[in-house]
Amino acid sequence: MDFKNVKEYLGWLYYQYLLITSIYVLEPWEQSIFNSVLFSILAMVVYTSYMVVPVHVHLALEVFSGICGEQPESTMALMN
Amino acid sequence: CCCFRLTRLFQGQESFEQAPMYVAVMTYLGFGLVTLFGYFRDFLRAVGLEKCHIAKERDEQKDFVPLYQDFENFYTRNLYMRVRDNWNRPICSLPGPVFDVMERVSPDYNWTFRLTGKTIPNVINMGSYNYLGFAENNVDFLKTVAERVQQYGLGVCSTRQEMGNLGIHQELEELVAEFLGVESAMVLGMGFATNSTNIPALVGKGCLILSDELNHTSLILGARLSGATIRVFKHNNMQSLERVLRDAVCSGQPHTHRPWKKIMIMVEGIYSMEGSVVCLPDIVALKKKYKAYLYLDEAHSIGAVGPTGRGVTELFGLDPSDVDVLMGTFTKSFGAAGGYIAGKKELVDYLRSHSHSAVYASAMSPPVTEQILRAMRCIMGLDGTTIGQTRVHRLAENTRYFRSRLQEMGFIIYGNDDSPVIPLLLYMPGKVVAFSRAMLRRKVGVVVVGFPATPITEARARFCLSAAHTKEMLDKVLFDLNEVGDELCLKFSQRKYTSRPKEQHHNNNDLNKDFKQDSL
Repeated sequence: MDFKNVKEYLGWLYYQYLLITSIYVLEPWEQSIFNSVLFSILAMVVYTSYMVVPVHVHLALEVFSGICGEQPESTMALMN
Repeated sequence: CCCFRLTRLFQGQESFEQAPMYVAVMTYLGFGLVTLFGYFRDFLRAVGLEKCHIAKERDEQKDFVPLYQDFENFYTRNLYMRVRDNWNRPICSLPGPVFDVMERVSPDYNWTFRLTGKTIPNVINMGSYNYLGFAENNVDFLKTVAERVQQYGLGVCSTRQEMGNLGIHQELEELVAEFLGVESAMVLGMGFATNSTNIPALVGKGCLILSDELNHTSLILGARLSGATIRVFKHNNMQSLERVLRDAVCSGQPHTHRPWKKIMIMVEGIYSMEGSVVCLPDIVALKKKYKAYLYLDEAHSIGAVGPTGRGVTELFGLDPSDVDVLMGTFTKSFGAAGGYIAGKKELVDYLRSHSHSAVYASAMSPPVTEQILRAMRCIMGLDGTTIGQTRVHRLAENTRYFRSRLQEMGFIIYGNDDSPVIPLLLYMPGKVVAFSRAMLRRKVGVVVVGFPATPITEARARFCLSAAHTKEMLDKVLFDLNEVGDELCLKFSQRKYTSRPKEQHHNNNDLNKDFKQDSL
């Protein structure tokens, strides 16, 4: 299969999505309902991960660096 | 199929490859989503926001037991109706290797259809049961049939037992017995009724029927009507059959433990949904060991397999008298209608007076009888030509070619290498529908089968090859299948096949020339 441009390729990808999820058999307004529900769920997932993931990663890095930082200091203290 | 090594020498390879896991997951997901939307639409219909196009109870009957709430009606209303333009397509020509399909459109998403008046001409027919190409309207070949119409008319207006026993019926029965290599045969007007009305005459209460998992509805109906106990064994699985036989012989009837009056094993020659061939030598060995009877339904295999078209007994090189009851239909390979039951003379004489359709059904129509006579004489070579044998060889060549090319392309195909019935697995309901529509746009008519007839995850397209298909037609179909397979991503197979050797090209070309000469 040769695609003349990106638009045709994207159209084929959308067709594959319709076939695989069997939304292809539904009427157009039902397809719109399903697409909007799926899109809103995905948008919520993306937004939540954008808000939450950097903060958590920062906190996790702090905790790990805190543990690694303390270890050599405490042994030095014991020896002294 | 778990067969002994001896049978592997006689039969081709069978394969039932499993698709990757994501395919099953997406199929279930697809069905789940459409079911959810089905509930949503039912809710809209119940509330009144949407008009109900299908049968429903009247308002006065709302307190009665509901008629349309079970799963089957739900499935029909919400899944089948959406896509039913792929089934029951009206055709307006002979169902030969090519046919004409009438065009129809639907303004309201397949609730109603309107014929536009145009036809789609010369659609390649990959769905009709026309294995030897006898569905033809060539005037020279049908001369004797026309003579019979002039001699006898069309309706027989009686049953065989009263006034309907014509000379050609007896001629046909003798010819069928000679064709199959048995003592005697009986011919009936309808193939489905041959099974469903003769099995009750053979077995009754106190008998045991061992039926294959995937038997046809006519066999199941006949078994249930008979009143015998029915036990099912796994499809073509000899270990399962042996275990069930041993249990049956050891424990006897359910509560009294008396020995069974009769044990009958019911199998088919070719299973049309799977394309698999029965392991006949093993079943015959088991039946002799445990002293059971064998009922073989050769609806799809008579005329279509075997070196001279005599069916699965010839394919495996067995003696036809090893099978107690041979049954078959004339609908598939002979281009007619009706069925036969054959076996020992005492059996057939008994059935003539005790079988429901032999006694009550009206006799076979004379032109149909003559069509079977001419087709059978053609296959046996009794009409002095080699047309029949050429067609049997051509069907075998077409089968081998088509199957090997489909496997090379990467589709998942079920069944035995010798069977002219080829299921191509599609799995997802969206793809099933898109496949059928895409192939019709390319002027190839295919039959797709979905949930009630197949397991829910294994929807398929079923190709029935014919001796009348030329190599050009098959190549065109294969080319379209390749393109549609790429477009819809249907090539699920994970096996690697080597390309076929060059010498097959020569064989195909020679037979092509022979067939063209004979059909002039």
